[in-house]
Amino acid sequence: MIFEYQIEGGDFTKAGSASSEVKKILRQLNLEPSLIKRIAVAMYEAEVNVVAHAYRGTMTVDIDTGRIFIAVKDEGPGIEDIEKAMTEGWSTANEKVREMGFGAGMGLPNIKKNADELKITSTPGTGTKVEITCFTRL
Amino acid sequence: MNIAEIADRLNFEIVCGSTGKNNMVTWGYTSDMLSNVMGNASEGNLWITMQSHKNILAVALLKELSGIVLVNGHRPDTETVTQAEKEGVVILATDLPAFETAGRLYQLLKENEDIQS
Repeated sequence: MIFEYQIEGGDFTKAGSASSEVKKILRQLNLEPSLIKRIAVAMYEAEVNVVAHAYRGTMTVDIDTGRIFIAVKDEGPGIEDIEKAMTEGWSTANEKVREMGFGAGMGLPNIKKNADELKITSTPGTGTKVEITCFTRL
Repeated sequence: MNIAEIADRLNFEIVCGSTGKNNMVTWGYTSDMLSNVMGNASEGNLWITMQSHKNILAVALLKELSGIVLVNGHRPDTETVTQAEKEGVVILATDLPAFETAGRLYQLLKENEDIQS
């Protein structure tokens, strides 16, 4: 099963709506609650990153026996130094975003903590792709 | 303890999402950083914050928190209230600052724990 969602950069009123939709689907599939929780956190953070940093993006969720794969691809400024971006507390979010309680530099570390596999590829000036895999217990 | 009992004992106003007033509160969590809550709060926690915009709802839903307490007299905007009603996220409000809100909630939950054990 493949689901695709559009994410609008800068539109915080809808941030998290794609993740909420996917979570509902995962619950209907009766997946383990702890797995659903991990996926929910990881994809929410990836979704918010697009809203906070990029112009627009898509979230593709591929649900298969054995694993859930989520790809969040955006058109945006990209990440200059991925290793640095993975550091807890490091963020390039602007003041407005921070005032809302985002931009704590916890997004990518939260994704890493909750994903079984995480791959980030980015071209500065073009965009970023975050690929998250979580395995289901067989 | 559930949300309604806590609201009653600590004099918190139930602003919206009262369908969630019977949610059991496992513990509390205080933070104004959304990612911090996403990373560290647990299911059933009552979240104490001064953030009152719509995004707190997605956090509460995705983390399956029991509810949200807005401190320092903050109230949710109309959009947040409408969405909270729709999603069944209960939002409480108090004029107390976060420190005192957390302190009172901690004491109440601890007392209740002692009674039950």
